[in-house]
Amino acid sequence: MRTSLIGRRRDAGRNSGADRSRLALRDLLSESAAGVLQRPARSALTALGTVLGVGTFVAVLGLTATTSSQIDSRFNALTATEVTVEDTGGAQPEFLANAFPADADRRVERLHGVRRAGVYWPVRLGPEDLVRSAPPGVGGAQGERTAVVAASPGVLDAADPVLSQGRTFDAYHDRRAESVAVIGAGLADRLGVTTLETAPAVFVGDRAFTVIGIVADVERRADLLQSVVVPRTTAERIWGGPRSGERAKMLIATELGAARQIASGVALALDPAHPEYFKVVPPPDPRSLRATVTSDLDQLFMLLAAICLVIGAVGIANTTLVAVLERTGEIGLRRALGARGRHITVQFLAESGALGALGGLVGTSLGTVTVVAMAVVRDWTPVIHPVTVLAAPVVGLVTGVVAGLYPAWRASRIQPAEALRR
Amino acid sequence: MTGTPTPPLVMDFRGVGLTYPGPPPVAALKPCRLAVARGEYLTVVGPSGSGKSTFLNIAGLLDAPTEGQYFLDGIDTATLSDADRTGLRGRRIGFVFQSFHLLPHRSAVENVMLAMVYNSTTRRGRTERAREALERVGLAHRADALPTRLSGGERQRVAIARALVARPSLLLCDEPTGNLDTATAGSILELLDELHADGMTLVVITHDPEVAVRGRRTVTIRDGVLSEQVRSA
Repeated sequence: MRTSLIGRRRDAGRNSGADRSRLALRDLLSESAAGVLQRPARSALTALGTVLGVGTFVAVLGLTATTSSQIDSRFNALTATEVTVEDTGGAQPEFLANAFPADADRRVERLHGVRRAGVYWPVRLGPEDLVRSAPPGVGGAQGERTAVVAASPGVLDAADPVLSQGRTFDAYHDRRAESVAVIGAGLADRLGVTTLETAPAVFVGDRAFTVIGIVADVERRADLLQSVVVPRTTAERIWGGPRSGERAKMLIATELGAARQIASGVALALDPAHPEYFKVVPPPDPRSLRATVTSDLDQLFMLLAAICLVIGAVGIANTTLVAVLERTGEIGLRRALGARGRHITVQFLAESGALGALGGLVGTSLGTVTVVAMAVVRDWTPVIHPVTVLAAPVVGLVTGVVAGLYPAWRASRIQPAEALRR
Repeated sequence: MTGTPTPPLVMDFRGVGLTYPGPPPVAALKPCRLAVARGEYLTVVGPSGSGKSTFLNIAGLLDAPTEGQYFLDGIDTATLSDADRTGLRGRRIGFVFQSFHLLPHRSAVENVMLAMVYNSTTRRGRTERAREALERVGLAHRADALPTRLSGGERQRVAIARALVARPSLLLCDEPTGNLDTATAGSILELLDELHADGMTLVVITHDPEVAVRGRRTVTIRDGVLSEQVRSA
């Protein structure tokens, strides 16, 4: 009985029984499409919630993927091989000006995996200690306020400098506390130091330092380029050790992959009796870095996307329910024309599903555009996982179908005789 | 009342009645006998509240009687499941309503095609059949117009075309001229006469005596009691 007899059924005498109504898939799709497209403005407004929900969903996943890939590219070999040790001075730093021992460089460089290491601190200068290319009062040279950094020889090497002229100071200068300085190229320009052949000097206040090297560029500690770098012992001889508030630090360049190992042992190597004097800053772990990014904001935005989806679903449910009440006459007519309750159900489900899928598609597009726009603004590479793009419209479809369940059920319960009386 | 018809019966009420369960129980249609043979033109009259709607619902398989048997084309509808009854309705009964029940966003021909969605009509040729039906009711030239652009009479013609397109055994009209002015109503009644002349079985429910006299037979419902008067005219 369920399979329909194809053919004419006009002859009233033929007692073949009844054939059940059927709704072909193509008819279902075209009826639903008509239902959605015949009221385009209403359909668009109904789908808006899903557009926002799915759009947020795609944007969040896309932005997260984009940011993660950005972290990957930023996290290069350079940052992976850098360890910084800060001198905290322990519990009473005021009694301990400098926790780094005099042979700190050698102690650390003895560790396996360390390429170069050095201690440095900014020198506290008096107000009259301007940096000039001539002694004060000679040649009318204007002084400028420039940072002077006390550094052990390892610092400049660890910073991977590119020298335009000369050389860096070494253990010899450090041991003898020579009055020598290495300056950045920018500073050299301003001071008029063009060649080292004349053994030029810079004056800090009234003290002269022979410039032995001009640094064109460094890989780390770019602030060194704007500074006058003098040997550690020289600075101690003239200005004393680091003052409280601006304590010494140590810069360590390690072999690739050794940084975290070094970081765990360097405090003990510096001072076996008081490793607590030092605070070690290891390079960031790319995995934990990415996890942080993907956990905090991400969860918040996913929650937001879920809320948007729920609002979208409620919107679709509401509009579909109103449509069911509005279209009571149509439902009655369809029932009179042979539609079964389930045909009405699937039609309304298909309509709400189509609205959801439509919203999902538009939302996916908008989300993708957002990610690309964001990436363009920040000069990043946009990354969206294909699964996200494929899954998002499905999320919209499911939202629409779920939202349509109750209205569609209501529609199927409408009695045709009642509905046709309208 | 039954007579001895030579053509096969399209509609055969054998003690059909409907009582809404109480309390108190309301007999909307008292048990009655009524036979309509193929090609007959029957009108059903009665004041509002008399049970006309109940008669329409039962005859149109929209409601099942609580008593008796209703044979449609010789099929005992009382034994059918809801789904089978719905299928029978979609294939063998064409409805014409007072308020037309056209879908406002669909053209005349699309409205007519709706009658072929649920009864296993192949998609091929649906448009042609719908246009033929519109031609039959004299609306071939308005086939692509939306109902909102049609006059009341034209709308009812579209509805009649929709009722005809699935080639039903029975055309069941509920106050077909109720929403129309006299002149338009007249043209619709002429169309029904033509359909009758072509051999269509017609049952027209109305409260309007003008409409009632068009039928070759007339039955009256009053307070749920169906009776047939032999017409002198």
